[in-house]
Amino acid sequence: MTIEIQRVTRSFGGHVAVNDVSLTIGDGSLTALLGPSGSGKSTLLRIVAGLEVPDGGTVVIGGREVTRLKPQDRGIGFVFQHYAAFKHMTVYENIAFGMKIRRRPKKEVRDRVNELLKLVQLEGFAERYPSQLSGGQRQRMALARSLAIEPEVLLLDEPFGALDAKVRRELRTWLRHLHDDMHVTTVIVTHDQEEAMDIADEVVIMDHGVVQQVGQPRDVYEHPANEFVMGFLGPVNEVDGGLVRPHDLEISESPLDGAAEAHVERIVHLGFEVRVEIVRADGWKLWAQLTRDEVETLGLQPGQLVWVRSRRARTFEDDPRADPVPTQA
Amino acid sequence: MRPRRRTTSGDALSTGIITAILGCVVLLPLSAVVWSATKDGTDSFTRALSNPQAIDALKFTLGAAAIVALVSAVTGTAVAWVLVRDRFRGRALLDAVIDIPFALPTIVAGLTLLALYGPKSPVGINIAFTQASVVAALLFVTFPFVVRAVQPVLIELDREMEEAASSLGASPSTILRRIILPNLLPAILTGTGLAFAKAIGEFGSVVLISGNVPFDTEVASVYIFGLIESDDASGAAAVSTVLLAISVVVLAGIDVLRRRSTR
Amino acid sequence: MTRYLLRCFVIAYVLALILGPLYMVFSQALDQGTDQLWTAITTDAALHALKLTILATVIATVVNTIFGIACALMLVRRRPRGSALINAIIDLPFAVSPIVVGLALLLTFGIHGWFGEFLTGAGLEVIYAVPGIVIATVFVTLPFVVREVVPVLEELGDEQEQAASTLGASSWRTFWSITLPSIRWGVAYGVVLTVARALGEYGAVAVVSGKIAGRTETMTTHIEERYQGFDTVSVYGSALVLASLAILVLGAMMVLSRSAHSHHDTTENR
Repeated sequence: MTIEIQRVTRSFGGHVAVNDVSLTIGDGSLTALLGPSGSGKSTLLRIVAGLEVPDGGTVVIGGREVTRLKPQDRGIGFVFQHYAAFKHMTVYENIAFGMKIRRRPKKEVRDRVNELLKLVQLEGFAERYPSQLSGGQRQRMALARSLAIEPEVLLLDEPFGALDAKVRRELRTWLRHLHDDMHVTTVIVTHDQEEAMDIADEVVIMDHGVVQQVGQPRDVYEHPANEFVMGFLGPVNEVDGGLVRPHDLEISESPLDGAAEAHVERIVHLGFEVRVEIVRADGWKLWAQLTRDEVETLGLQPGQLVWVRSRRARTFEDDPRADPVPTQA
Repeated sequence: MRPRRRTTSGDALSTGIITAILGCVVLLPLSAVVWSATKDGTDSFTRALSNPQAIDALKFTLGAAAIVALVSAVTGTAVAWVLVRDRFRGRALLDAVIDIPFALPTIVAGLTLLALYGPKSPVGINIAFTQASVVAALLFVTFPFVVRAVQPVLIELDREMEEAASSLGASPSTILRRIILPNLLPAILTGTGLAFAKAIGEFGSVVLISGNVPFDTEVASVYIFGLIESDDASGAAAVSTVLLAISVVVLAGIDVLRRRSTR
Repeated sequence: MTRYLLRCFVIAYVLALILGPLYMVFSQALDQGTDQLWTAITTDAALHALKLTILATVIATVVNTIFGIACALMLVRRRPRGSALINAIIDLPFAVSPIVVGLALLLTFGIHGWFGEFLTGAGLEVIYAVPGIVIATVFVTLPFVVREVVPVLEELGDEQEQAASTLGASSWRTFWSITLPSIRWGVAYGVVLTVARALGEYGAVAVVSGKIAGRTETMTTHIEERYQGFDTVSVYGSALVLASLAILVLGAMMVLSRSAHSHHDTTENR
């Protein structure tokens, strides 16, 4: 099911959370809504789900206008950051809830729940209560619960945000495989750019209630539309009125064309990656991201005199936020 | 801050109905009291209140309620402290007993106090028909307020704060004064305020043991009851209005405290 | 040492102030001999009073439970404008003297009250009749369920309700299968407090009931009337009945607060 969002606006008091956003999310895609907290990404997702009503604009899911429909009539699955587990129900009852509402025959419910328990690797946990599960297990249960009603669209609001880093990475990979098997149109809200790049076919970057850029993960990283997108997707140095990624700084022991004189201030070994902090002769501070081997080859030492230049600096002319790019995903 | 949910017309309707019920059940009758007290002008209102018996009953009620509130503040905090921080056998029983004054009908409370501390006292203490008996009855009925206000706050109180203070060289008494009491203060004041509000309006537990002697042991609510029985509704309303006003002020004070402590 | 002294003081204080008197009810009542006691608490007047007390308690509890849940949902979930004022109004019955409550009802529904003429014209008796007793009981017990349910709802949050709605549940269905089961301990505790207060209400009922034996006497006013008649057996017999009910209520409170807490514990270790 394609999701079409047209000129949607929503404000809370005087604060505009979502400002005139138009966006199309392709059928069967896995799209990440990425942005810092307060960027309006969660509000936008909740508008698609019907948990918020927009002040203006329309939402169309699979050709059907749903803007004024209640969540229960939209045929969506929604996964919450804090699981929203029904604490007084067992895992089985949680997953069966949506089907019971739809008055499905008992046998069908049982078969489907068992199938889902297997899918989310919670076999044997059917009679437990949510309080007896770990965070990751609870979120898998919540996912199974939303999938039980065979939603046309799956919406996930920071689903892994409350989990620790290792579980988060596991679930992320697992969700990607699940999506590859099921092809249900999926939108995931996240503030973690690595998560978005890892999981999504398409990334929608938002800030201040406005879509800043839409594109495939690699494209938005390589060709950021504005300073905000570039800064949000990875670390940057500010240099000569432009931005440069630390891994695009070239360091040499001898003078190079267009290179500036600098000296090494500090070298931080982070395993494979090494951070080299340098100060240019004009006093400007930068840091470069090198591999361990590169640092060894150069034989860098603190205090050493080096030359530094950027391979790929970007400059953005206009204030990008005032004039967002037209969006098509 | 979570945003206020958007209101639909259905929401507005049910909100309206609930507010209307509250208005009819609570505000309407109470405004009838104020109206009845003031309908014949301020003269009759002041006349009703300048009756020496009324003044004395009000003074005695406020004085007794103030004493009871203060005693309750101290003993209630002590009881809450023992319940939360002390460990001994029978503590669970003690915890259960605290709520007896909430559960026991006030008239029964008065009766039992009379049996224990009246003319036929098995322990030889007879305070029936004295001002002390009123204080005793009020202490009984207001006993749970401070305990139940302080107890949860004390349970939640961060022990690390006390450990930090003692690591900085504070003595136990300094920790009590400078760390614990300031943190408990809003709860103590809330409980004390509730106890005071309850005490100034109390009737059932007082009416049997106090003897209701005018100019001595007669409290305001008993005085009002007498006026009602003798068909002086506007006089009763005048004294009631004073009690109402005090209740409202105390409630408002507690509300301010509650807001300040949650900020 | 300080700890020991404090503990002894607290126990002594509670014994003298609370347990001593409670013990007296039982010893006084049982002193009279069980036969006499039974006769005293099964007189027509006593039985009628008990029935009336139970009737008023049941009605007040049902009304205030429904109203209390609706009101708490409104306050927590919708946050209407003026909720501070609504909160203050809800708390008023806690702080107002029962005698003032009685007077207020008298001045509203009595013959000379605001609606006196209307009620007399319609042939409805409120004051010195059962409806007055019921209204008085509803008034004094109004805040309990609201006050117990509001914090539970606040802690619960609305995510589970939202999840239910995304799974296809209507708001009615969400209330019955998600909200109500989640707040059940809070509701139950509020109900128990309501029952306790309703059973024991005296002041407000004393004013509005007219205390007509066999007609408008409740248990509490019956006790007082028997006390004035120096009928010690009846006084302590009825007091025993009420005190036993109070102890039952207290037991229910203990069990409920324990269940509510153990429920709370499981919700906390996410």
